[in-house]
Amino acid sequence: MKTAAPKITTTRLKAGMTGWLFISIAVIMIAAFYFYPMIQALILSFKTGTGSNLSFNGIDNYKRLFTDKMFITAVKNTFIYLIFQVPLMVILALFISVLLNDKNLKFKGFFRTAIFLPCITSLVAYSVVFKYLFSSDGLVNSLLLNLHVIGTPIQWITDPFWAKVTIIIAITWRWTGYNMIFYLSGLQNIDNSIYEAARIDGASPIRQFFSITVPLLKPIILFTSITSTIGTLQLFDEIMNITKGGPGNATSSISQYIYNLSFKYSSDFGYAATVSYSIVIMIIILSIIQFKVAGEKK
Amino acid sequence: MMKTKRAFTYAFLIIVSFVSIFPFLWMISSSTNLSVDVTKGKLLPGSHLMDNMHNLLEKVDIVTALSNSAKVSISTTLLAMLIASLAGYGFEIYRSKAKDVVFNILLMSMMIPFAAIMIPLYRMFGSISNVIPWIGIDTLSSVVIPTVTTAFLIFFFRQSTKMFPKDLLEAGRMDGLSELGLFFRVYMPTMKTTYAAAAIITFMSSWNNYLWPLIVLQTPENQTIPLLISNLGSSYAPDYGVIMIAIVLSTLPTALVFFLMQKHFVAGMVGSVK
Repeated sequence: MKTAAPKITTTRLKAGMTGWLFISIAVIMIAAFYFYPMIQALILSFKTGTGSNLSFNGIDNYKRLFTDKMFITAVKNTFIYLIFQVPLMVILALFISVLLNDKNLKFKGFFRTAIFLPCITSLVAYSVVFKYLFSSDGLVNSLLLNLHVIGTPIQWITDPFWAKVTIIIAITWRWTGYNMIFYLSGLQNIDNSIYEAARIDGASPIRQFFSITVPLLKPIILFTSITSTIGTLQLFDEIMNITKGGPGNATSSISQYIYNLSFKYSSDFGYAATVSYSIVIMIIILSIIQFKVAGEKK
Repeated sequence: MMKTKRAFTYAFLIIVSFVSIFPFLWMISSSTNLSVDVTKGKLLPGSHLMDNMHNLLEKVDIVTALSNSAKVSISTTLLAMLIASLAGYGFEIYRSKAKDVVFNILLMSMMIPFAAIMIPLYRMFGSISNVIPWIGIDTLSSVVIPTVTTAFLIFFFRQSTKMFPKDLLEAGRMDGLSELGLFFRVYMPTMKTTYAAAAIITFMSSWNNYLWPLIVLQTPENQTIPLLISNLGSSYAPDYGVIMIAIVLSTLPTALVFFLMQKHFVAGMVGSVK
C-alpha cells in the first residue's frame, strides 16, 4: 500500500504535463501574435520617426492625439456609426427574430436563409457592390426617382451626410442576419409556457416582448452589442472600398487612419501605434459601460 | 385583428428578405451585362457572361488570386482545427486552476483590435524576411501564420468538449491508447460536427480576410481574391460587368460552403454564445 502513493503522484504529474503539451502550441501562437505585438505597439506608441528610424519622445504622441483634426474627425465618425448603427441593427434583428420564432409561420426556412445570406459575402465584395448601387447614377437612385420618392438624385457617396448614411445602411445589410441567428437560438431556449401564462394574464404582445423576451435574451443582446461595438470601432474594409474615407474625411474611420499613417503617408509607425491604442482604450471603456448597463437593469 | 397582424408579418419579412437578396441578384444579373447596361440600371440578365469572363481573364490574373486564396484558406483551416481542438481538449480534459488562469488570459486576446497589432506584426514579418524568406513579407505563409490561432476557436472547442462523453477516454486508456492516441482516435472522430462547424467559420473568415493580406502581400502574383476585387473596384474606368463576374466568382466558394453545410454553420455560430 505504501508504494501506491508516489505512483499516483507521478501519473498525476504526467497527466498535468500532458495537458500543458496539448495547449502549448495555442498558447505560444497567441502570445507571439497577439500579446507580444500588443506590448510592441505600446512601446512603439512612445516613439517617433519614419520607417525604422525611431526614437523615444515620451508622451508627445498622446498629446498630439488631442490636437490632430484628422484623428478627431475619425473618432467622431466612428461614434456616429456606433450610436446609430448598433442600436438600429440590434432592434431590427430582435424584431425579425421574434417574428420568425412564430410556430405557425410558413416559409420560415426561406426567410431565415434569405436574411442570413449577406453574411457569406466578403466585406470587400459587398462594399464594391454597394458602391455601385449607391453611386449617383446607380440603381438605388434610379429606383427612387422612378418611384417618385425623390426629385433629384441623392449624392450617396459624395455628400458628407449621405455618405455616412450609405456606410450605415451597408453595415446594417451585412450584419443584421448574423445577429438574428443568435437571437433566434436564444428565443428557442425560452419556455413557451412563460408566454402562455402572460397571455392568460392579458399581457399584450408588446408587453410580452419587453417583459419576457428582452430580459431573458439580455446576455445574448449584451454579447451581440459588444461584438458589434468592437467591430464598428475596427471598421476598415467598407470605408476603404466604398468611400475611401471621403468626401473630405467625412466617413474616415480610426482603423483607416491608422492604415494611412502607416502605409500611405510617411509611415509614421510610432504615432499610428498611439492611435491604435486609442481603440484599445475605447473598447475597454465601452465594454465596461455595456456590462454595467446590462447589470443594472436586473 | 389576427389577420392584419399575420399580413403585416409576412409583408415585413418579404421586404426584408428581398432587400437581403437583391444585391446578390443584381450582382449575378450584372455579370451577364455590358458595363453600359449596368450603369443604365438594367436589371434583367443579358447575354454577355462569356464576354465579361473573357475580359476578366485578360485584364487580371483571377485564377492565381483564387488559387492563392484557396491555398491560404485551406491551410489556415486545417492548422486552426488541429491547434484549437488540441487546446480546447487540453483545457477541458486536463483541467487545473493554473490552466483556467491561462485560458482567461487567452480570452483577453479577443478584445485586441487588429489595428493595434498590425504594425508590430508587419515589422515582425519584415525582420523574419531576412532570416526565413519563405515566411517573411509577401509570402502566403505570412498571411496564414498570425491568423491561424484564435482564442475564439479555442473557446469554441472547449465549450463543445464539455459535452464530450469522458467515459470514452477511460475505455480508451484501458485499451492501452496513449494520451495523444486518445485525442486522435477517440476524440476527433466523435467530434465531427464540432470540427465541421469550426472549419466552416474559419474557412469563411480566412477567405474574406482583407486588411492583413493588404498590408503583407505586395506583388500581384501573391494577391488574394479580396485584394483583386478591391483593386478592380477602385480603378478609374471600371468595367462593371467584369467586376461583377469577379465578385460572383469570389463569392461562389463561400456560398457553396454555406448551402452545403448550412446546419453546421448556424450551429457553429450559436455554439459561440452558449
